Amino acid sequence: MPDYSWPDAGHRTLIGKRISRVDSPVKVSGQAKYTYDVKRPGLLFGKILRCPYAHAKVISIDTSAAEKMPGVKAVHIIQKSNSTIHWAGDEIVAVAAVDEPTAEDAIRSIEVKYQKLPHLVSDAEPPKGAAEAQGPISMDDIDEMLDNQVPPRQMVEQIQQYGITSKPEEETLNGLKEDGATDDVINAIRAATVHPEEGTRPKSNYQKAAAQTVGDGEKAFAQAEVSSEGLYGAPVITHCCLESHGSTSEWTDNDHLLVHMSTQNVSGIAGQMAELLKVPATNIRVHQDHIGGGFGSKFGPDRWGIATAEISKKADGKPVRIMLERDSELKVAGARPSAYARVKVGAKKDGTIVAWQSESWGTGGPGGGGMPPIPYVLSIPNQRKEHTAIRNNIGPARAWRAPNHPQAAVITMCALDDLAAKLNMDPLEFFLKNIELATKDRQNTYREELGIASDLMGWKQKWHPRGQNASGNVVRGVGLSMHTWGGRGHASDCDLTLHPDGSVDIKLGTQDIGTGTRTTILIVAADTLGIPMDGIKLYIGDTLYPPSGGSGGSTTPGGVSSSTRRAAVDARDALFAKVAPALNAQPDDLESVNGTVRVKSNPSKSLSWKEACSKLGAMPVTVRGKNPDKSKPPDLTNSGVGGVSMAEVEVDTDTGVVKAKKMVAVQDCGLIIDLKMAESSCYGALIMGISYALFEEKVMDQTTGRMLNPNMEYYRLAGLNDIPELVVHMMTGKGYDERGVIGLGEPPVISPGAAISNAVANAIGVRVPFLPLTPDRVLAALSQKAGA
Amino acid sequence: MRPFEYVSPTTKAQAVSLLASNWGQAEILAGGTDLLALMKDDVVAPKRLVNIKDIRDLTGVTYNAQGLRIGALTNLGDLADDANVRKNYPALSDALIEAASPQIRNMATLGGNLCQRPRCWFFRNGLGLLPKDETGKELVTDGDNRYHAILGNDGPAKFVSPSTIVPILIAYGAKIRVEGPKGKREVPLEKFYVIPKTETEREHDLQPNEIVTEVVLPASTGVKAAHYEVRQKQAFDWPLAVAAVALKMNGSNVQAARVVMGYVAPLPWPSPEAEQVLSGQSIDDDIAQKAADAAVKNAKPLSHNAYKVQLARVSVKRALLKAVSGGAA
Repeated sequence: MPDYSWPDAGHRTLIGKRISRVDSPVKVSGQAKYTYDVKRPGLLFGKILRCPYAHAKVISIDTSAAEKMPGVKAVHIIQKSNSTIHWAGDEIVAVAAVDEPTAEDAIRSIEVKYQKLPHLVSDAEPPKGAAEAQGPISMDDIDEMLDNQVPPRQMVEQIQQYGITSKPEEETLNGLKEDGATDDVINAIRAATVHPEEGTRPKSNYQKAAAQTVGDGEKAFAQAEVSSEGLYGAPVITHCCLESHGSTSEWTDNDHLLVHMSTQNVSGIAGQMAELLKVPATNIRVHQDHIGGGFGSKFGPDRWGIATAEISKKADGKPVRIMLERDSELKVAGARPSAYARVKVGAKKDGTIVAWQSESWGTGGPGGGGMPPIPYVLSIPNQRKEHTAIRNNIGPARAWRAPNHPQAAVITMCALDDLAAKLNMDPLEFFLKNIELATKDRQNTYREELGIASDLMGWKQKWHPRGQNASGNVVRGVGLSMHTWGGRGHASDCDLTLHPDGSVDIKLGTQDIGTGTRTTILIVAADTLGIPMDGIKLYIGDTLYPPSGGSGGSTTPGGVSSSTRRAAVDARDALFAKVAPALNAQPDDLESVNGTVRVKSNPSKSLSWKEACSKLGAMPVTVRGKNPDKSKPPDLTNSGVGGVSMAEVEVDTDTGVVKAKKMVAVQDCGLIIDLKMAESSCYGALIMGISYALFEEKVMDQTTGRMLNPNMEYYRLAGLNDIPELVVHMMTGKGYDERGVIGLGEPPVISPGAAISNAVANAIGVRVPFLPLTPDRVLAALSQKAGA
Repeated sequence: MRPFEYVSPTTKAQAVSLLASNWGQAEILAGGTDLLALMKDDVVAPKRLVNIKDIRDLTGVTYNAQGLRIGALTNLGDLADDANVRKNYPALSDALIEAASPQIRNMATLGGNLCQRPRCWFFRNGLGLLPKDETGKELVTDGDNRYHAILGNDGPAKFVSPSTIVPILIAYGAKIRVEGPKGKREVPLEKFYVIPKTETEREHDLQPNEIVTEVVLPASTGVKAAHYEVRQKQAFDWPLAVAAVALKMNGSNVQAARVVMGYVAPLPWPSPEAEQVLSGQSIDDDIAQKAADAAVKNAKPLSHNAYKVQLARVSVKRALLKAVSGGAA
């Protein structure tokens, strides 16, 4: 049995070192080609007519003027008359034209009549006694959920919870399938209880889930010696990818499609497009070299991606490009659900947390959304939780780096920080005291990390009881938060070819979403084969290569490092078998180090890598590594990490302006492949954390139902001057390395918001309930404190 | 793209003759940092662009005992770096450096900055300068007006004047020179701005067929001045409040004060109330606070922007203290 397990520390030549990413030179020199840069011969420019209303019915669409316009090559109606539109900016018609201005003119010439319907774009606390959506679900409701891009898992839950109004015909089910219903949803409908007598569901924007309880909350509060109540939350924010969503599609013949797409999911796109375009997935080739950000919002082809293929078909297969304009990117291409909560937490006088109670709410747009995992990290023994999802017309939500976790961290870690303040405890002591409420496997990790973070922040010198600060209008404070995430590795196939001349190539259908996937693969392969990284040619980002999972949920490093390691070990062993006779040794007595294949027991007997490969014969050898591969243990990946963020802030109490002064991230992620890139992931996450803590918010106009800040002037992101000293420490060595590889995309972005909010509370002596911590909110909190 | 003519005159007279007599027909193109964005967002759709960058005598900065003359085409970066500006009008240099990112400073012109359109998010979303819905309901009053006016907001205009450098120019006593079909005229900069009452009016007194040619500042001898802005971000950002002060000193006492706020009203907002408090006084924390209180005494915040009253107050106070402690001319 080949030994796939990761080499121990003494035998790692590249793994775990600080190595610069291999794609840096092409990126900094501008040679890297992003989907936005793809200019195919004969390129046509696509544009989309979007609905200006947040809720409306399409009455009629007249595209005749656009069709007659010189230079317009195709007009394609995306949502026909009678469609109901559920958010401003939703797609109605796509056109393709010879240049962008002509496409814009064509869009402007299209006349659409709408019937406006009442909209809700607020996610304010549900009014007491608000009607709730309940009762069995009709097939029209299912259709509407599909229109609203409600996640399949959520649809299945609702179908199971409420049942359906009538048993659908097969034809109806097929129709739903064509509209995008997954097999899980269809199966749930088939299995659902039918409640014809209850008729259709009352329509409401509010959907209250059944209360969840753990232990005995009421009794626990009665026994709690100290309790604290507060309001916490984070608003809807967008993904704001610097490279907007988009693609270029062309039909290379009648039934073969070539797609360049900005995506986190190269291998998964063809399958998603195939059904809608009615061609086999195998006829669709998807390619991407580099991507300018996804953050969870680029897993599907999207309506506009499908539209590029549809209008290319109508335009004789010519390439058609649609890249979203900045405003559309912010309006429709992804948002993180909001989450707010009224929380009560109780503890004993010694700081032991005993009880949690929360009434939470939030919106993920038309789909509503679920409760974030609260209380977060710490499993408080007695809990009572209620959550109301608000279905509104702000546009659909998408996974945003660590879905639901940053919101859970804000609600939990801020509520607990307030409790610590009420107990007159240093939150560091308080969290350490309660660390046994964390999952057993992570308790030591958190203890170690809190200690290291405290040293790096200078916590002991900087922390002061809340609000006890130097006089003057500029006050400082520190705060902390903890977080967790899963990981494991997604499915990944890796083909590795050894050529008789010593060259090596590797092919995976994965993508490098800026996280350094190329570098990860090359480090693992080069370390395993004992050759330099630049001795390997790597091909990724194309459906021509073996499939690899979408880059989401921090699963890519696990997936690609495992499949690459397995392929490289198999290739190396195949080579040793061919080389062994020439060195008069057994294959398992060979090793490959520093470009030399040598006999372990007698290292003077050796061949150069090139000489060794010449023993392969005339034909190259290709092997495939797969993750997961239960037939060939061990599992090279793992799941479950813990991390800590600490923040130091400065608050101007006259203006309410908050500045981050120092951020610390301490994080584990199992065996680290590239220490430098791991640290970079954390730096990036801290910067993103400062942005959503202090600036980001999708602002909706209640009257028109439109987003007011779909630009980068009033949708603020941290700039250079907003980024303070960032300190990152990665946990490595015993207890961490032997766990195997775990992804790092999500974890470090979870805690900064909560840590910054806690630091502000420490500085000014009062909680600012909601992110972002804007001057108006800070001043409001200060004046409440003064009035209290 | 909506078609438009592009013309490139080389003299002021030619430029004037190419402009139209109604707004919306022709627009002047200088640095283009505002106009092009407005056109791309389909907020404005002029039928003709009059490029004035080839008009030589619109450029240049000259300084003499009478003061400073700045050609309207001077870009913000060059003006901020000008040795005479840095020496004699340092608060203007400060304001210019904070006004935009280096790339924008190198393109944007002084004339363009003075005539830029409001940053109001209803306006920029194509909902109008005095935004209303189909039923005539005022969108700003009932909507998210966190960045809107706290002063001068009793008419339909609720936006705030967008230039961050106009307040300090007014404080220094700037006059603006314009040229049109009827010849040249000179207007004190604070009189140049008006509050539009209808959708088709502009935020200034420039006629549709006039161009801004230059700005002149009087000598700054014995003047202490400062510019202060409150921004949410430390990196470039539109401010939440701006204050500019210029104090003509008589020893340690204020002989005459100019206090001008920005981002608080549909036009730059001089505060005679604050100026009166300061007159004859030696500025300390207490006097600065009194002047600041006076500056916002008449503020009438909208539903979501009461916090801006405090920010405007703090800006005035800090600008005053900065002016007297900085020792700058």
